[in-house]
Amino acid sequence: MTAQPVEMELETPLTAEQVTALPLGGTVWLSGTIFGLRDATLRRMFDEGAPLPEPLAGYPCLHTAPNARKVDGRYEKICIGTTTSARMERFTRPLLRDAGARAIIGKGGLGDDSLAAMQEYGAVYLAIVGGAAALQTTQIVSIDAVYWEDLFPECLWRFTVKRLGPLIVGMDAHGGNLYAEVAAAAQARAAAAGV
Amino acid sequence: MVEALARAAGEAYVRALKTLPRDVKDALRNARGRERNARAQSILDTICRNVEVAEETGNIICQDTGTPVYYLSLGEAFPLPPRRIEEAVRLGCADVTARYAIRPNAVHPFRRVNTGNNVGRGVPVIHFAFTAGDALELLVVPKGSGSENQSFLKMLVPAEGRAGIERFVLECVTRAGGMPCPPVVLGVGVGGTFDQCAGLAKRAASRPIGSACGDPDGRALEQKLLQAVNALGIGPMGLGGDTTALAVHVETADTHISQLPVAVNTQCWAARRAAVRVDRDGQATILS
Ligand code: SF4
Repeated sequence: MTAQPVEMELETPLTAEQVTALPLGGTVWLSGTIFGLRDATLRRMFDEGAPLPEPLAGYPCLHTAPNARKVDGRYEKICIGTTTSARMERFTRPLLRDAGARAIIGKGGLGDDSLAAMQEYGAVYLAIVGGAAALQTTQIVSIDAVYWEDLFPECLWRFTVKRLGPLIVGMDAHGGNLYAEVAAAAQARAAAAGV
Repeated sequence: MVEALARAAGEAYVRALKTLPRDVKDALRNARGRERNARAQSILDTICRNVEVAEETGNIICQDTGTPVYYLSLGEAFPLPPRRIEEAVRLGCADVTARYAIRPNAVHPFRRVNTGNNVGRGVPVIHFAFTAGDALELLVVPKGSGSENQSFLKMLVPAEGRAGIERFVLECVTRAGGMPCPPVVLGVGVGGTFDQCAGLAKRAASRPIGSACGDPDGRALEQKLLQAVNALGIGPMGLGGDTTALAVHVETADTHISQLPVAVNTQCWAARRAAVRVDRDGQATILS
């Protein structure tokens, strides 16, 4: 399970071939455009069916709600980090199938339906180091576009990032799930210890 | 006086968001030294680097500015009555939220409308304890939702005993996996009533790392559980490793003959807190 870590540098947008080649447990550093979204953004996209302000196809989506402030009509970053992905579980399938996202960046992992959807549509889950937002903010070069400001801070954000990471392939495009492996091992250890 | 206290309460919140207490930083570094899993080592390195970057850049450590939870220890001769103190703390939170553009997190539970200033119905959370003297000591814990959401309470039956308590805690940690940003500080409340037990767990989670439970039985449980939790192998961010918890803190209270409540309040590695003392003349002294 803990083979020598593989390190990869990737530029977005990502192709299906690129993400399906990513090995479970490998480390990725991402550069280029990524999108930021979370609970309210996804409800607007898929529950309310609001048309996408721009195409997301091929891009990674980060589960986030930034601290940002608006100065002279532009948003400046203050602290941009990552939220727990599990709350957004039911939106993975439409995000991959309808919006064409190629990766989800988050923390804590996603569920079985997300794993199946990643396999079906060719996408991966990249685990960020949760809470390390001061560091990740320095890897975010700029906030390039902000849509649905009425949802602030849960808008749709477009960022340029440079070597965002380390990101760990926590769920791959072939049904591999590092979280499930770790959880199964933990349950086995707890059972062996008689608790 | 209200203004002085408001300033002290607000600034403590900001300080907590920007700098981790020494004991937490040391615990993270020590855990990195002991960790044997390469991936976990790299995650712990990233966490330690993040804490440094926050200090170097003056930024906050984590984007989740949390729900501010205040523990106030009020001296009997402090010149402000509790109602005015509460007003001052609320003022302080609203003021720094605007001044430092702290992310506002308080929303109505049904309508989900954000109050915009981290102040609302029951927010910030304010707990009072009463003591001798003429000063007010204030501890603020910004509680992030990733870890707060992985908090659980169960009314065990007395026959389940210590084994039942341990089993429940390990179940909670396993179920939480990577969601609360491990390595965590686990706060465990044992005994009391339903509400009291949850409060004990939360108080336990905000104790400094290295402190011990005042109840010898609680102390023994702290050591046993820390070992058991770290033996699970969940690791930093739930991606495997030796470091799942930096500490397990237990607080206890006597309970009813037919009850055995146990509560787990999870605190992420960003175990932020800051303390300040305000004297009767409004002079503030930073305690941590
Ligand atoms: S759980 Fe803690 S470290 Fe993780 S994102 Fe929330 S507040 Fe930050």
